[in-house]
Amino acid sequence: MNAKVVNKMAICILWLTGFFILLLLFTFLGYILYKGLPVLSAHFISSKSSDISAGGGVGGQFFNSFYLLFLSLLISVPIAVGAGIYLAEYAKNNLLTKIIRLSTESLATVPSIVLGLFGMIIFVNKMGLGFSILSGTFTLVLLNLPLLVRVTEESIKLVPKSYREASLAMGATKWQTISKVVLPSALAGIITGIILTAGRALGETAILIFTAGTTVSRHMFDTDVMAAGETLAVHMWYLMSVGLVPDRDVIANGIGALLIIVILLFNLILTIPLRIIQKRTGIIK
Amino acid sequence: MEKGFNHQRKLIYDRYVRYLFIACAALMTIIIFSIIFFVGKQGLMTFHDVSPIEFFLTDKWAPSMNKYGALSFILGSVAVTMLAIIIGTPIGLLGAIFMSKIAPQRLRSLMRPAVDLYVAIPSVVYGYIGLTVMIPFIRNFFSVSMGYGVFVTAVILAIMILPTIISISEDALNGVPKTLEEASLALGATYWQTLYKVVVPSAAPGILTAIVLAMARAIGETMAVQMVIGNTPLLPLSLFSPTATLTSDIVIEMGNTPFGSVWGNALFLMALVLLVVSLLMILLIKRIGARRYA
Repeated sequence: MNAKVVNKMAICILWLTGFFILLLLFTFLGYILYKGLPVLSAHFISSKSSDISAGGGVGGQFFNSFYLLFLSLLISVPIAVGAGIYLAEYAKNNLLTKIIRLSTESLATVPSIVLGLFGMIIFVNKMGLGFSILSGTFTLVLLNLPLLVRVTEESIKLVPKSYREASLAMGATKWQTISKVVLPSALAGIITGIILTAGRALGETAILIFTAGTTVSRHMFDTDVMAAGETLAVHMWYLMSVGLVPDRDVIANGIGALLIIVILLFNLILTIPLRIIQKRTGIIK
Repeated sequence: MEKGFNHQRKLIYDRYVRYLFIACAALMTIIIFSIIFFVGKQGLMTFHDVSPIEFFLTDKWAPSMNKYGALSFILGSVAVTMLAIIIGTPIGLLGAIFMSKIAPQRLRSLMRPAVDLYVAIPSVVYGYIGLTVMIPFIRNFFSVSMGYGVFVTAVILAIMILPTIISISEDALNGVPKTLEEASLALGATYWQTLYKVVVPSAAPGILTAIVLAMARAIGETMAVQMVIGNTPLLPLSLFSPTATLTSDIVIEMGNTPFGSVWGNALFLMALVLLVVSLLMILLIKRIGARRYA
């Protein structure tokens, strides 16, 4: 009898915890959107930020966020897909593979501030790139790589073995099998992984403060990779810690909502069609 | 003849592509070793001017007076991490058990993306909520003067590590063979007894891995911590007094220090401490993974 009561109570607590976790998330998202949505306007998103007076926008930072993200993915995706293919298709169970796996896992756990300081030594100082979009991009690549390698490897491993056997049996070489059979089947999974990684990279701050800097170019939408590259997330932090503008709370609210909207877009809306494709092709159930 | 030549060429091509992939994968190893080397070199230069005893065992941090005792930062990091784990682990573990064993299919497929969203929320946003919502709340609720400090930081970190604990523990729980559960139920155990005495112990290595990874995430978290910790180089003697951690101090001071100065190097040494801790945690996870139950 007693055990049954305990059982009921425990199940009840488990349900409560489950709802608490969902509720906490919705409260977070709801609060940020509630505070920030009224701030968002075309003017806010497209105009320049101000250093001293109120009423500035976040145009430069908004552009930089996506520009940096795009450049870093441009570099990290091909490398990560290559490494993922190696780990999923070629790697034998030997010392080299063990070291590579351990390195990838370690890289994924290195705190982002440490990656930021490493980027500061190598790209900002040793290579003389200064606080620039390029320094930020290279450092962001270090953050993206291990995540992308993992999703590529996992997506490729989901492709049924019979696909490869069929292709090889028809006389295709290993590379033909990978490029024409395995990769197309794994593509939806890899793209989902890239989008999720992009969402994380977009909100990254610690890694960029000492590499991309905390200022923006004087010109709007400056595509010069040597220009300073403050992003939205960095700007939000900068405003709250050292900012001087009188309306910093308002701007921070706006940036918060903007970041959350973009991340919801990345995480939910963009990945839904991909999951449907995966289901239809029978890669996931 | 023509055909055979073509095939030959494809096989050669095959081999070069393979080398290319190995190079991509080996790049990971090159990157992690260069991080260890360069951060290590810059950090260890501190010991030309500051003794290890002073750095690790004294708490007087005053770069203007040439005092570089990092003990308060180290203890600050340890305190917020431990408290975050103490708060976050029970919630995360219960959540994982709920998702893996109790929740109906529909609810489960809603919770998975929700847990992913916790990871996707930028750490500045967590920090911002801490700063604008939780600190005023703590100030009123516990009637303390400032509200900054270990407690609010640990609460924020506990929320931030939830997804790590939930998703890895859930995987571990899903991996427990159904037969174990059935055997326990058939012996007359209630479902909770089965979960508590059979399923969770069988998934223990995975759950431990989750906790260690969560610790690694908590100790390395920077922005959210910097916004709510108070940024004062004092020992964390109370839950509600402003203090500092390794990460938060690097962020606020690195901008003001000339590259290569003793002060700058001391900050790199703090980064090296974080790096070594996170690498040790990875090795610890490898050890846990090697030891299998069930």
